[in-house]
Amino acid sequence: MTDKPQLVIVGNGMAPGRMLEYLLEQDSKIYDITIFNAEPRVNYNRLMLSSVLAGEKSYESIVTHDGAWYSDHGIQLYKNARIDNIDTVEKTVTTENGFQRRYDKLIIATGSAPIKIPVPGHDLPGVLVYRDLDDVETMLKASKVAKRAVVIGGGLLGLEAAAGLNEQGMDVTVIHLESHLMNRQLDKPAGYLLAESMQNKGIEVLLDACTESITGDSVVSGVCLKDGRFIPADIVVMAAGIRPAVSVAEKAGLAVNHGILVDDHLQTSNDDIYALGECVEHRGQCYGLVAPLYEMAKVLADNLLGGDSSYHGSTVSTKLKVSGIDVFSAGEFLGENHEEIVVRDAAMGVYRRLILSGEHLVGAVLYGDTSDSAWYLNMLKQKSDISQMRSTLVFGQSYQGGPDVDPTAAVAALADSAEICGCNGVCKSVVVNAIEAGNHNLDSVRSTTKASASCGSCTGLVEQLLTLSLGEQYQRAAVTPVCGCTSLGHADVRRLIQAKSLKSIDAVMQALEWSSSCGCAKCRPALNYYLVCEWPEEYADDYQSRFINERVHANIQNDGSFSVVPRMWGGVTNSKELRAIADVVDKYEIPMVKVTGGQRIDMLGIKKDNLPAIWKDLGEVGFVSGHAYAKGLRTVKTCVGKQWCRFGTQDSTALGVRLEKFLWGSWTPAKVKLAVSGCPRNCAEATCKDIGVICVESGFDLHFAGAAGLDIKGTEILGHVDSENAVEEHVAALLQMYREQGHYLERIYKWANRVGIDEIRQQIMTNHATRLAYLARFQASQKVAQHDPWAERADGNHHTHEFSVRMPIPQEVVA
Amino acid sequence: MNTSNIHWYDACAVDDIPKRGAVRLAHGSKTIAIFRSSDNKLFAIDDACPHKGGPLSDGIVHGDCVTCPLHNWRINLESGRAEGSDDGCVSTYPVRTSQQRVYVELTEVRDIGFA
Ligand code: SRM
Ligand SMILES: Cc1cc2nc3c(=O)[nH]c(=O)nc-3n(C[C@H](O)[C@H](O)[C@H](O)COP(=O)(O)OP(=O)(O)OC[C@H]3O[C@@H](n4cnc5c(N)ncnc54)[C@H](O)[C@@H]3O)c2cc1C
Ligand code: SF4
Ligand code: FES
Repeated sequence: MTDKPQLVIVGNGMAPGRMLEYLLEQDSKIYDITIFNAEPRVNYNRLMLSSVLAGEKSYESIVTHDGAWYSDHGIQLYKNARIDNIDTVEKTVTTENGFQRRYDKLIIATGSAPIKIPVPGHDLPGVLVYRDLDDVETMLKASKVAKRAVVIGGGLLGLEAAAGLNEQGMDVTVIHLESHLMNRQLDKPAGYLLAESMQNKGIEVLLDACTESITGDSVVSGVCLKDGRFIPADIVVMAAGIRPAVSVAEKAGLAVNHGILVDDHLQTSNDDIYALGECVEHRGQCYGLVAPLYEMAKVLADNLLGGDSSYHGSTVSTKLKVSGIDVFSAGEFLGENHEEIVVRDAAMGVYRRLILSGEHLVGAVLYGDTSDSAWYLNMLKQKSDISQMRSTLVFGQSYQGGPDVDPTAAVAALADSAEICGCNGVCKSVVVNAIEAGNHNLDSVRSTTKASASCGSCTGLVEQLLTLSLGEQYQRAAVTPVCGCTSLGHADVRRLIQAKSLKSIDAVMQALEWSSSCGCAKCRPALNYYLVCEWPEEYADDYQSRFINERVHANIQNDGSFSVVPRMWGGVTNSKELRAIADVVDKYEIPMVKVTGGQRIDMLGIKKDNLPAIWKDLGEVGFVSGHAYAKGLRTVKTCVGKQWCRFGTQDSTALGVRLEKFLWGSWTPAKVKLAVSGCPRNCAEATCKDIGVICVESGFDLHFAGAAGLDIKGTEILGHVDSENAVEEHVAALLQMYREQGHYLERIYKWANRVGIDEIRQQIMTNHATRLAYLARFQASQKVAQHDPWAERADGNHHTHEFSVRMPIPQEVVA
Repeated sequence: MNTSNIHWYDACAVDDIPKRGAVRLAHGSKTIAIFRSSDNKLFAIDDACPHKGGPLSDGIVHGDCVTCPLHNWRINLESGRAEGSDDGCVSTYPVRTSQQRVYVELTEVRDIGFA
C-alpha cells in the first residue's frame, strides 16, 4: 500500500464502473483504489443479461471491464467478497469472512436486490429472481429440462424475462397485478398494445391477477391466484420489483430511508462516505435505470477530484428490450394545465402520446414506432420551446421544418400497388382507375371496386383518393363525430366494433385511432353501450364508463341526493307494496314521495349511503329497480282494460305487465317507454310512446316512434297482430333492431327517422326470418341482462366504495 | 377560536378505490373525494363542484379530469380548476401512498372553546 489516499468501493456494478472511467480519464494517479464485490466476476453490462437469456449474446461479450483493465489501472478487485461491516470510526470495511481494509474515502455502490413476495411457497426450489448472471444461468439450465414458466410481474424486468424464456422454448405466462403491463412507465393504451404484442409472441398475459400462493411439494408445481385460477409451472420467476441494498449502510449508522440518503454531492450523512447507483435516495427519488446513475457517476468523479459538481436529479426514460416490440416512455403524465396530443395508427399498431405543459414537452409515450424517442427525450431534458411546431410535433422529427402537412400527401405517396382495402384486397390503382372512369362518389366507388364495402375502415382512404383525383370537386360527406376524441360518427364506430371484433374500450380506441388516451365523458358511455349490446355475454360492463345514475342505479338530484323508483309492473300495486314503501319512507325519513308520470312511486331526497339499506327493505316485498335512470327499459304504462273497463277490448293491464316482465333490464341507446291501452280511447297514452299497443276487438295495433318530451310526436303504425304472443315477439324484435342500430342517446323516433319507417316495418312485419333472428338475439341478451341491480347491492358488499363515506384517521408519521 | 394543524390522514386502502372511480371522506363539515385515474394516480379534492356544488365523486373520470354529474363541468383533478370555458376552482390536497394505504394531508380544525 502506498501513502496515497485509500479509495474503497463496495459493489462493482455499472455505476462505479462508469465512475471509475470518468475518474481515471482525468487523473489516474490520485487514489489507491480497492473494490469489493459480492459477485464472483468482473464488471459486466447488466442491461444485456436479457440478451444472454434470449440466446442473442454470450457472457464474454457483455463484459465491460475485464481482469486486464483492473491490473492495467492498478486497481485491486476482490471478487466474491461481500462487505459485511463498515466501521466509520476506525474507517475500515470488513468482508463476510473477516478480511479488513482501511479507507480514506468510501463509496457504497451496492445496487439493489430483487423483492421476493413472501407468499406461501416463495422459497420452494424453482422460484427464481432475475438480477445477475447467476440467475440467468439458472434460468437457462431450467429451460433445458422444464416446459412451463410463470413470471410474476409485468414490468420491464418481468417482460424481458418472459421474452427470454419464450425464446428458450418455454411456455410462458406473465402474471401482473395491475390492469395494464408496465403500468409504471406506460399509460393504458400503450399497455394494452404491449399485452397484444406479447400474446402474439405466444406469451400468455394475465392482468389484474394477484398471486395467492406458489404450490409444490419438493419443487414448484404452479401458482394459485386470489380469484381461484391455477397456472401450472415448472419454474416461477419473481420480477415484482427491486429494493435498494441498504443493509450495510444502515448497520454503519448512515442515514437511510428507502435508499441511502445523499446530498447533491452524493455524500451520505458521513463526510467520508459517498453512495452511488441504485442504492441511493436523492431528493426523495430512487432510480432503477442506468442513465441517472451515469449522471451521478460523473458528478461523483468530479467531486473525488476536488471539484464542486452537484447532481440535481434526472429525467428518466425507458425502453423495453424485447425484439420486435418497440416501446418508449419518458417524463411525466400528470400535472396542472397539461394537454395531450395523441395519434394512433391502427394498421401499424402505432400509438404516440405527447404531454405538453405550456410551451414545453413534459412527457412522451411511444408504441410501435420509437424512432423519434431520442428527439423527444432531448426536447424534454432541454425544456425546449415547442410552440413553433406544436401542430406537427406528434408526427416526429422528419416532419419538422418542411411545408405544412398535407392530409392527402400520405395517400398521394402510396405506390399504385399499395393495398387500400384489406378486406377485399383492392389496391390503389384499382380505386384511382374507377374514379377516373367516372365514379365520383363514395357509393359508386364502393359498388364498382368493393373498396370499403366490408369493414369500412378504409373509407377515409378511399375518400382521400377521391379528393386527390377530383380536388375541390369532391365533397366528403359530413359526419358528426361521436365526440372530440374521434372523427368517426356513431354508425362507423358501431360497424367497426362488429367488423373488427373489438371487445373492449381499449381495443376500440386503438383500432379506431382515438385521439385521446382514455376517451371522455361523452364517448366512454357510448362505447360501453355499444360493447354491451354487441357482446352481451363476453363484454364486462365497465361501470366507471357509465353516468352516475346507471352506476349506482338511482337518479341523482340537484343537491347530490338520490331518488328511488321501484318497478310497479304495468302500474299495478297492492297493499303489501304500499305498506313497504310507507315503512321505508318513515324509517329513512324520506322527505318527498310522489306519483310519477310513469304510473309508479318516486321517493326523493335520499342520502346516497342509505340506498343499499332501502333497497334491501324494498327487496323483501319483491320490489326491483324501476330503472328510472336508465338508457334502457323504463315504464310500461297500462290502462285498466277489459278486466274492469266497460269499453275494454283486451286485457291491456296483463299484457303491459307481461311486456314489462319480458323487456326489463335491457340496455338501449336511449330510454324506452311503452304503453298498452285497452281501446282506441287510449287512456295509457300509447300513441306518444317509443312503442305503443292499442287493443282492438280483432287484436292489437302496434305503434312506434312516438315522443312527448322535448319533441311531441304521434306514433307511426308498425302493423296489426292478433295474439299477445305475437305482440311480445314483434315488440322484442323491434326493440332489438333499435338496440343494434340506434346511436347512443338517439330515441326510437329519431332512429326511425334516420333509417326509415318503411324499412323497419319491412324487417319486423314482413320479413319473418329477420324478425325471428332479432328476437333470438334479444332473448340471448336478456339472459345476462335480467338481474336486479338493487338486490346485488343490497347486501352491502358490492360497490361499497359508492355507498359509504369514510372517516380518515390522523397519522403521527407517514411511513 | 380555531387553531389549524396540518396532518396526514389514513384515508383508505388503494384498492378501495376503483380505477376511474372515487371514495368520499368526511372531514369536519366537508366531504373530500379521493380519485384514482386509469393509470393509478391519486388525487384528493373537495367533493363539491365550483358550479353548483355537485358531488364530483359521482362524475365520470377521464384522464386527469372528472366531469361533474350535474351539468357536465370538467374539473382538472390535479389543479382543481374547471377546464374549457368554465371558470372556477376547488381545493386540492396532497396525497401519498405507502404500503398500499392512501394518506391525505388535511388541515385539522380543532375547536378549543373556552379552555
Ligand atoms: C319522475 C318523473 C316526473 C314525475 O314526477 O312524474 C320524471 C323525472 C325526470 N325526467 Fe321525465 N320523468 C317522468 C316522466 C316523463 C314523461 C312521461 C311518461 O313517461 O309518460 C316524459 C314524456 C314522455 C317521453 O319520454 O317522451 C318525460 C320526458 C323527459 C325528458 C324528455 C325526453 C325526450 O327524449 O324528449 C327528459 C330529458 C332526457 O331524458 O334527456 C326527462 C328526464 C327526466 C329526469 C330523469 C331528469 C334527470 O336527468 O334528472 C327526471 C328525473 C327525476 C328523478 O330524479 O326522479 N324526462 N318524463 C317521471 C318518471 C316516470 C317514471 O316513473 O319513470
Ligand atoms: C435484466 C436486467 C435488465 C436491465 N435493463 C435495463 C435497461 O434496459 N435500461 C436501464 O437503464 N437499466 C436496466 N437495468 C437496470 C440496471 O442494470 C441497473 O440500474 C444498474 O445495473 C444499477 O447499477 P449499480 O451499479 O447501482 O448496481 P448493480 O449493477 O446492481 O451492482 C451492484 C453490485 O454490488 C454488489 N453488492 C451488493 N452488496 C454488496 C456488498 N455488501 N458487498 C459487496 N458487493 C455488494 C452486487 O453483487 C452487485 O454486483 C436492468 C437490470 C436488469 C437486472
Ligand atoms: S283505454 Fe279504453 S277501455 Fe281502457 S280504460 Fe281507457 S277508456 Fe277504458
Ligand atoms: S354543479 Fe357541477 S356542473 Fe353544475
